[in-house]
Amino acid sequence: MDFIEKFSGVFLIAGLFLFFMAFIGLAVVPVWMVDKVEPRQEIATSVPKLYLDTYSDVETYKAALRKGRDIYIAEACWHCHSQYVRPTANEELRYGPVSMPGEYQNELNLPQLFGTRRVGPDLSRAAYKKSNDWHYAHLYNPTSVVPQSVMPSYPWYFEVKDGVPQPKEEAKALVAYLQWLGSSVVEKSESFASYIDNPLPPKE
Amino acid sequence: MTQAEHKKEELIDYKLISWHFYAGIFYIFVSILAGLSYSLQFLQKYPFPGVEFLSPGRIRLVHTNGVAFGWLINGLVAILYYIIPKLTGHSVLSRKLSYLVFCVYNVLVVGCVIGYLAGKGQAIEWGETPAFLDPFIALGVVLLVINLLTPIFKIRAQKMYVSLWYAAAALIWTPLVYVMGNFLPQYIYPGTSGATITSMYIHDLVGLSVTPLGIAATYYLLPVVMKRPLYSHALSIIGFWGLAFFYPLNSAHHYLFSPIPMWTQYASIGVHVVVYTVVFNIFATIATDWKQLPDNIPLRWIFFGTLAYLITCIQCAVQVTLSAQSIIHFTDWVVGHSHFVLFGTFSFWVTAWVYYILPRIWGVPLYSLSLARWHFWLSALGISIMQIDLLAAGVMQGMMWKNLVPFIDSVAASAPFWWTRTFSGIMILTGECLFLVNLYSTWQDSKRVSSGVLQSQTV
Ligand code: HEC
Repeated sequence: MDFIEKFSGVFLIAGLFLFFMAFIGLAVVPVWMVDKVEPRQEIATSVPKLYLDTYSDVETYKAALRKGRDIYIAEACWHCHSQYVRPTANEELRYGPVSMPGEYQNELNLPQLFGTRRVGPDLSRAAYKKSNDWHYAHLYNPTSVVPQSVMPSYPWYFEVKDGVPQPKEEAKALVAYLQWLGSSVVEKSESFASYIDNPLPPKE
Repeated sequence: MTQAEHKKEELIDYKLISWHFYAGIFYIFVSILAGLSYSLQFLQKYPFPGVEFLSPGRIRLVHTNGVAFGWLINGLVAILYYIIPKLTGHSVLSRKLSYLVFCVYNVLVVGCVIGYLAGKGQAIEWGETPAFLDPFIALGVVLLVINLLTPIFKIRAQKMYVSLWYAAAALIWTPLVYVMGNFLPQYIYPGTSGATITSMYIHDLVGLSVTPLGIAATYYLLPVVMKRPLYSHALSIIGFWGLAFFYPLNSAHHYLFSPIPMWTQYASIGVHVVVYTVVFNIFATIATDWKQLPDNIPLRWIFFGTLAYLITCIQCAVQVTLSAQSIIHFTDWVVGHSHFVLFGTFSFWVTAWVYYILPRIWGVPLYSLSLARWHFWLSALGISIMQIDLLAAGVMQGMMWKNLVPFIDSVAASAPFWWTRTFSGIMILTGECLFLVNLYSTWQDSKRVSSGVLQSQTV
């Protein structure tokens, strides 16, 4: 071992060099590949039908999406919900089409929200699976719609008027964001509604 | 004590070390309480429903970051302040700087906790520190590194004990890893590209900062508490270079099957030499005189920590295969695994140090051996139960999802597992309370002994 210790300086430089090689090989190159192949996209070019009454123009809609995303981060929803569908374990049957890199090339995915744990279901195909009202009721008190749910309630995004809770701006923005998730894919495959409620039998 | 030893004692700032440990012990309580409350959410019994700043998602951030940044980093840094002067014979660059870093760092940790509760957490796993605090943290880390690297740099031409190798490497890697992981995915690279970097960040933070620091601490403490030499110095050096060369290369395993380019995901099936050299070396050293185990309190913490390390690493090797990932990813398996790594291994190693050093700093023997034994068994059994329970839950959840059972049924079926988890958490908390009682009583004892204990100690 004297040998190694004699050349400790050389080895230390070698260690750092390998760190940078790993960084280049496993971060810089794949990042560059993705950025080259998939151009960055706008998050919305027009207001979707569902939101024509709520948001007058695309800029206010985009602002709402950003705000919704910020709440999603603030409440750490991403610790309980993932945002990618894997090409394994029958996930394309449960959630919808498998995720592609291009879907994530936009500002709402900066920082990325892939997530590493599914206490609740994946949300990358959440768009139009449920109605806005379902989402409001669910956010206000999840067990009122899904009795066995362990999802936290978020009543502070609602204000009670005449005994009826009404969504505040924040809740509307959050739900607009949820309805946006996967909406670029939904156009191609109609709706994901069938996936969650009546999953098809597994492939042979 | 010889003249030379006396000189070395003066290089060590015991007050600073104890401050770091006190802060760490404070945070472990904060974070266990946070974790326990969060686990109650899974039983539909969350103690603070409808309170915005105690929302479970935010509490979870306090739990994970409290353990990592509050408890483990404080503890590991305290250990560095001890072993680096001891092994190099030089003091850190500046004692004032040490205190400055201590204050700044702990103010930042408190700031982070407040930030999380105010909903300012960042969406980067293990880097959730609010984005506006990140530059300050990076600065603090750099100051700390300069302070601690100076003595190592002074003796660079001489032979170094393996702990110094690990410490030096970790100190060099940490700022690089931190800056890479906290800034690139936050501001520059979205989506898939960001995930590629985050994945590398999570992997490197554990592998290139926490692991080498933990190993450095244990390689130092083990021969000291056993009063026996390390089994093989050569093996420890081989393990070190194995870590340096191979570890960074297998980083993408946190997002297998994701849209990240597939070849980086293949690279994650990593090399495991590193781990086994460390584990073998520690066990072989203990085996030379294993009869010490029952009565040597720090030694048993090292022993269990190393055992846990071995188990988690075998798990790692299984987990990173694509077929296992297909089932267990996204499930409670992963949660069990991280608890075993951070509590079972690293917290155990740091706790060994607390038992070793705090009574010495105070100049009295530990107040109660039996309390220490209870602490050990409650922690060891608690974490083992939690581990087995969550692994089983994970396999069940993964299978149910794959078999397209309605999602909510998998949630309902997890209930017994989540109850067990909360129960094991209570065991761990009880153990920590006994720990606190024991330390407090020891400290009370020390006040009765005349002052000047720091100097008169053979540490
Ligand atoms: C403690 C973990 C947890 C947190 C935090 C959490 N959820 Fe959930 N979520 C769940 C669980 C469990 C379910 C499944 C049961 C249900 O539908 O309520 C769920 C279901 C959902 C669903 C229905 C999905 C579907 O397709 O049925 C949506 C939408 C959702 N969550 C959104 C959110 C949002 C938005 C946040 C953050 C404000 C959030 N969740 C935070 C656990 C969580």
